[in-house]
Amino acid sequence: MTATTVADRDVTITRKVRKPKSSKKLEWGNPFVYFVALCFVALMMSPVVYLIIGGFRSNSQLTVNPAGWPNPWIMDNYIQVLQNPVFWRSFMNSTIAAVATTIGVVALGLMVSFVLARYSFRGRGFLYTLFVTGLMFPMTVAITPLYILIRSLHLMNILPGVILPGIAFALPVTVIILVPFLRAIPNEIQEAAEIDGCGRMGFFFRMVLPLSMPGVITVGILAFIASWNGYMLPLYILNDPANATMPLAVQTFATGQYSADTAKILAFTSMAMLPAIAFFSLFERRIVGGLTGAVKG
Amino acid sequence: MRENNAPVAVSSPVDLSTDGGSARVALPPSGLARRRPRGAGVAARLEIAALSAPAVIVFVTFVILPVFLAAYYGFFRWKGFGKPTNFIGLHNYKVILTDPDFHQALTHNIEIVVLSLAIQGPIAIAFALLLNQKMRGQSIIRVLIFVPYVISEAVAGIGWSLLLGGQGAFDALMRDWHLNFLDRDWLANPNVALWTLMIILTWKYIGYATILMLAGLQGIPEELNEAASIDGASYWQTQRRITLPLLGPTIRIWAFLSIIGALQLFDIVYIIWGQYVAGVAKVSTMATYMNTNGRSSGNFGYGSAVAVVMFLISLFIALLYQRFVLRRDTDGALTGGGRRTR
Repeated sequence: MTATTVADRDVTITRKVRKPKSSKKLEWGNPFVYFVALCFVALMMSPVVYLIIGGFRSNSQLTVNPAGWPNPWIMDNYIQVLQNPVFWRSFMNSTIAAVATTIGVVALGLMVSFVLARYSFRGRGFLYTLFVTGLMFPMTVAITPLYILIRSLHLMNILPGVILPGIAFALPVTVIILVPFLRAIPNEIQEAAEIDGCGRMGFFFRMVLPLSMPGVITVGILAFIASWNGYMLPLYILNDPANATMPLAVQTFATGQYSADTAKILAFTSMAMLPAIAFFSLFERRIVGGLTGAVKG
Repeated sequence: MRENNAPVAVSSPVDLSTDGGSARVALPPSGLARRRPRGAGVAARLEIAALSAPAVIVFVTFVILPVFLAAYYGFFRWKGFGKPTNFIGLHNYKVILTDPDFHQALTHNIEIVVLSLAIQGPIAIAFALLLNQKMRGQSIIRVLIFVPYVISEAVAGIGWSLLLGGQGAFDALMRDWHLNFLDRDWLANPNVALWTLMIILTWKYIGYATILMLAGLQGIPEELNEAASIDGASYWQTQRRITLPLLGPTIRIWAFLSIIGALQLFDIVYIIWGQYVAGVAKVSTMATYMNTNGRSSGNFGYGSAVAVVMFLISLFIALLYQRFVLRRDTDGALTGGGRRTR
């Protein structure tokens, strides 16, 4: 992470040189390894598969044989979920909250990380410590007074009441990931930009922004997923069902008026889970890579 | 916010070894520090203020301030309306520390911490070693085991309670397979519920742990393994003597994250067991205790005091961990008072 781009390029070159050798080596390998890996994956995926498959069964099928296969396959539950205004309302709420949180985290995080990475001033160490210390202040500890604070700011029951704290709690990780990224941009680039008549702010927008894109994407994905899955904050702040986000809607659906309609709960829960999985599979390499960087960083 | 108005030392290049004096964070050298000074004093100061102010304001308001508010509210008997006036000193803390319900919750938290480390650690290391070999389909396996981590706690909680509940699929499957001893009351039986919770937590977070370990393993140079095998070391000797020690930093960081996460555990327990059943099923945690006795019963002073106790317990454990376990990895991070010794 902290290595310069030049060093990174060296690594990719050596990797490219080595590749033909290693691809020759890539045989099927030990069947035992595949067997164990397959069992592990099956264990991990079975609850997810149960949710999705269960959504294709009727309640009577579920009662007669809870662990059976759909016979016949029924689309009704999914169709009804897709026609349910509650689903789409909470879907929109979650989307708005997650997108706004992501934009806010990236904008504020990039700005403050730029200051921390490329300016030298008294109090810089303190500012960095302040954000790193934030990791020790989890949402659980802050939630009771946060609720009072949000209420006195008149942000109860509206999405900004979830978005602003969401941004704040995502900032520590963002700063920790982005600062090394921004620092790794070689000074020569900045000097060249300066010679070409580019000020520090111009350098920020024209050079830093494009060069730090990989880090920004990682940070943005982490913020998006954290916001999309967030439960405790909406639970305290969004009491009005009209403003509920997806996790709250799932819980309300499962415990409220449909609590006896297991098949529909399975379908609703599956549909609520799909966006996060789709989003994750789109950016899988970034997330896994980002975690790697955060640990080594 | 005050830091933005502090005199800015851009004009005189600061030697970073002295810069770290005010705060003991290992901050790698900044790009500008090594550069020749340039005149832009006022402009740079404005830039620093303008760029860092929004983040600092949002962060201090919504993260730092609430923790201090909790410390303040904790001294009052307060229902959350108007200004807190009924100052009762340390009474809330006395009640918390003598409440058997809280002791129970704390015990559960500690059990969850220990069991998480003991169960997830070995499994994650074993699977990371397994997946670190040259094999086809490695990337798809990595994606699939990471899926539970990406699913929200609400979905996971509802899914598992349907799977394990009274008329759930798991019990039916066990009956079909004639494993009747596995057909039990997984969620409500107080002798079983904590283990059920551990299974669910392992399922949810093992993918994350495995990916972390895998990342650590892939940072170990292959030459070391090759050298060991030339010297006649067996596969297991190599893993034990070379891989595990070099994986140390990753394991220690994962354990730290796991401990903090387990101490703050709320979502899964609250969704599956609700706020009242959790105590009966013996899976309550400090966070569900805080929710039940704080916001849900309208006692915001008391809830704040519980939050403070939770914070102090987490901080104490985190500092101990940093001092005695992480010290050799992090070059004097949060607690780095001690000299680095090799």
